[in-house]
Amino acid sequence: MKVLVIGSGPIVIGQAAEFDYAGTQACKSLKEEGHEVVLINSNPATIMTDPGVSDALYIEPLNVDFCERVIKRERPDAMLPTLGGQTGLNLATQLADAGILEKYNIKVLGTPLSAIKKAEDRESFRNLMREIKEPVPESWIIQTEDELAAIMDVVPYPCIIRPAYTLGGTGGGIANTREELWEIGRKGIKLSMRSQIMVERSLLGWKEVEYEVMRDGAGNCITVCNMENLDPMGVHTGDSIVIAPSQTLSDLEYHMLRTASLKIIQALGIEGGCNVQLAVNPDSFDYYIIEVNPRVSRSSALASKATGYPIARVAAKIAVGKTLDEIDNQVTGTTRACFEPALDYCVVKIPRWPFDKFSTGDRSLFTQMKATGEVMAIDRSFEAALMKALRGLEVKQKDLRHPKFSDMDADLLREAIRKPTDERLWALAEGLRRGWTVDEVNRISRVDRWFLRKISSLLNMEKKLQSIQGQTGPVVGEVIQEAFLIGFPSPTIASILGIDSQTMMAVGKQYRANEAPPLDEDWQHVAAWEIERQKVMPVFKMVDTCAGEFESRTPYYYGTFEQEDDALPVH
Amino acid sequence: MKRYLILGDGTVFTGKALGADGHTVGEVVFNTGMTGYQEILTDPSYAGQIVLFTYPLIGNYGINDDDFESDRIQPMGLIVREACEAPSNWRSTKSLDQLLKERGTVGIQGVDTRAITKRIRSGGVTTGCICDEVEVGQAHLSATQRYDDTDFVMGVTTREPYAWGREGKQSIGDPRDTTRPTLVVIDCGLKFNILRRFWRAGCQPIVLPASASVDEVMAWKPDGILLSPGPGDPKLLGPVIDTVRGLLGVRPIFGICLGNQLLCHAVGGDTYKLKFGHHGSNHPVKDLITGKVTITSQNHGYAIDPSSLDGTGGEVTQLNLNDGTVEGMRVVGADASSIQYHPEAAPGPWDSRPYFFEFVEKMTKAK
Repeated sequence: MKVLVIGSGPIVIGQAAEFDYAGTQACKSLKEEGHEVVLINSNPATIMTDPGVSDALYIEPLNVDFCERVIKRERPDAMLPTLGGQTGLNLATQLADAGILEKYNIKVLGTPLSAIKKAEDRESFRNLMREIKEPVPESWIIQTEDELAAIMDVVPYPCIIRPAYTLGGTGGGIANTREELWEIGRKGIKLSMRSQIMVERSLLGWKEVEYEVMRDGAGNCITVCNMENLDPMGVHTGDSIVIAPSQTLSDLEYHMLRTASLKIIQALGIEGGCNVQLAVNPDSFDYYIIEVNPRVSRSSALASKATGYPIARVAAKIAVGKTLDEIDNQVTGTTRACFEPALDYCVVKIPRWPFDKFSTGDRSLFTQMKATGEVMAIDRSFEAALMKALRGLEVKQKDLRHPKFSDMDADLLREAIRKPTDERLWALAEGLRRGWTVDEVNRISRVDRWFLRKISSLLNMEKKLQSIQGQTGPVVGEVIQEAFLIGFPSPTIASILGIDSQTMMAVGKQYRANEAPPLDEDWQHVAAWEIERQKVMPVFKMVDTCAGEFESRTPYYYGTFEQEDDALPVH
Repeated sequence: MKRYLILGDGTVFTGKALGADGHTVGEVVFNTGMTGYQEILTDPSYAGQIVLFTYPLIGNYGINDDDFESDRIQPMGLIVREACEAPSNWRSTKSLDQLLKERGTVGIQGVDTRAITKRIRSGGVTTGCICDEVEVGQAHLSATQRYDDTDFVMGVTTREPYAWGREGKQSIGDPRDTTRPTLVVIDCGLKFNILRRFWRAGCQPIVLPASASVDEVMAWKPDGILLSPGPGDPKLLGPVIDTVRGLLGVRPIFGICLGNQLLCHAVGGDTYKLKFGHHGSNHPVKDLITGKVTITSQNHGYAIDPSSLDGTGGEVTQLNLNDGTVEGMRVVGADASSIQYHPEAAPGPWDSRPYFFEFVEKMTKAK
């Protein structure tokens, strides 16, 4: 079969290199199945446009005209649109609407376009959710004061008021009481060009959780991974710090949400991958379905790398008619793609924002994504994964200390904790460092206490390191070892201890020449020697999709501090 | 405080204390589920075993008052990479460490759980001891009876019959819902969620001790009989197997986990011990009749030998996609079927819940 694959085009905010990663995997997967791949992509600076990835390559603008010309020349049998992000999907929809797919008799592989429309159109998606009894946030369209008065006792508080057709949401707001709703609502109706407002349940402060699910043409469904956002609802998931798997959901809650996600993918009839976003009440079993992405998305690229499960590869094979149990698990080499990865580590993703280049840009984060990239770190503990991700960001701060917040006035700091920005993590840490309780910081930020306590444990290590300043003896080595285990890098340890880099380098040289501790009594030398000595403990652990249950032959490892190294030959 | 884990092959892992003081000996098994430690800790099928969690962060969401699967902690001990001291979840009432201390269960944390898992994977399950002193532990290790030779079912089965109602466990003398079909459960190590699910599916469960005879079962006029999950080697359960044989063809029978193996033995089939068992929430099972694959929750160390079913009237209905082992069987002409995995979940996926409704429908028809 000759398959036309639509690439993702230019890299823009909200749609970046992850679609290249997915598209490349998919092209290779299709070729593995013996199909001929015709690729059209307007961006030549991608891996998928490298020689050998496709059989025929067109670097052309991604629009209907050029696409039709490629189709006319290549006459593909089928098209796979769900791997090029929103660009690919939109182009496929336009081609279908223009009748071109029909004219050239091209079959759409994977999820049918009708299912995609159903997932993306707000109203038809809400209707489908009502049909299968999955909750979506309640909303009311209001056009008169009488109508407003009528809903005041029905609406759950707090609620969000959005006037229709006003510039930048002028006149909207959050109402905590009937009185506030009456006031903001009336103003909103007046301000709206069409005298119309939408009143919606507010989910601010709820937990945001995502599930990456897959379904094949035979209706078999699996979950690849779930993820929990550190930032509560209100921040775009692309701008949130994300942890995989979820940490604060009990088994009952985990599977309640998993079941809901699978029910949705089943009802939509997705053939391939799909991402389901849910808002979860931190104080009850209540949840709402926020959004569904009926395609390979940014989150699925993350889930893929976090678990080792090649979502795009499997999605491409499903698209050409294979079922999950017919596809092999490349990672283990012995099991099938029809299973759910078990992790024996923790994954932390931190978005990378471009505010260092756009220094006057508005740093506040909300529902429109601003990040231009992300880093992902794997480790055996959340603390270590977080510290590793921070170092990967390539920002000035290599740990949880930030000069901007260290002298900040308490009121300003409280505001920095409340308002999501790219720097909030450091503000949270500073609040806790000042001795503000976890409950207090949770009340201001709504970030789950679990994350705050983990940040606290990193701060306790800061304090512990400070407390050995000037000391020598075995306690120094012990504390430094603990600091390494929890994820502190040596420059951070050295700087908290107050050792300058010259001492570090000098002692490092000395250490390499000599196993014995430095003879001088200078505590800085002893501490620097201990830092060098403890550093030689890291091992590599394998990302094998099965938590060690089966022997695997993947070459995918992460570094950590543990007792056994997976990267050494074990036999 | 330092604590040690000694494996049967002599390897010693050094970690930190978790839970109660003291020492414990058991068969070390690993569970790959990323959630569900509270359910696992109270699952009677773990009697006699020390459970290792491969997920490194255990106890994150604490312990709540609702998700207990039996009235006590069932495994002999547990092994974790990191136990969460300050859990976070709206239902949490205490930490994992607090629960273990309250119930006197010994555990160890801070060990390389992946290294231990790999050892079990390549060498098979092994007996292990968690202790505060290595010499003491070694002595206990050699003095303890082999897991395979111990009948754990008599230790975990209910002593008295009881019923299950809207409010949960109730005395057998209390009024029951007589409009519902009666399900008699032979308790070899039942999880509460099996009863919760059957109640939800519309039947009236009555739970009897594993020692119940055919007459004792039939005295409750059952519309269906459930063979429950449970710990240990099914071959040690001769009298229970005899009871199942006596009930075959008399009333519809449904078996879960150990119940699957009991049904196999009742028709004359055989079981064997797996190298390291199946313990986790991600096992794919293929239904040979419908071709559908379901992700299941599993916890078993023994499996049906498919060739032993030849000529017995028993036939394999489901297979594990990972290793091809038997996951379900039925008895031709006897209205008896069973599955090796856990449709009640808790922990694990809910995908096989339809079984409860299917079986209750069968019972209603038989009524």
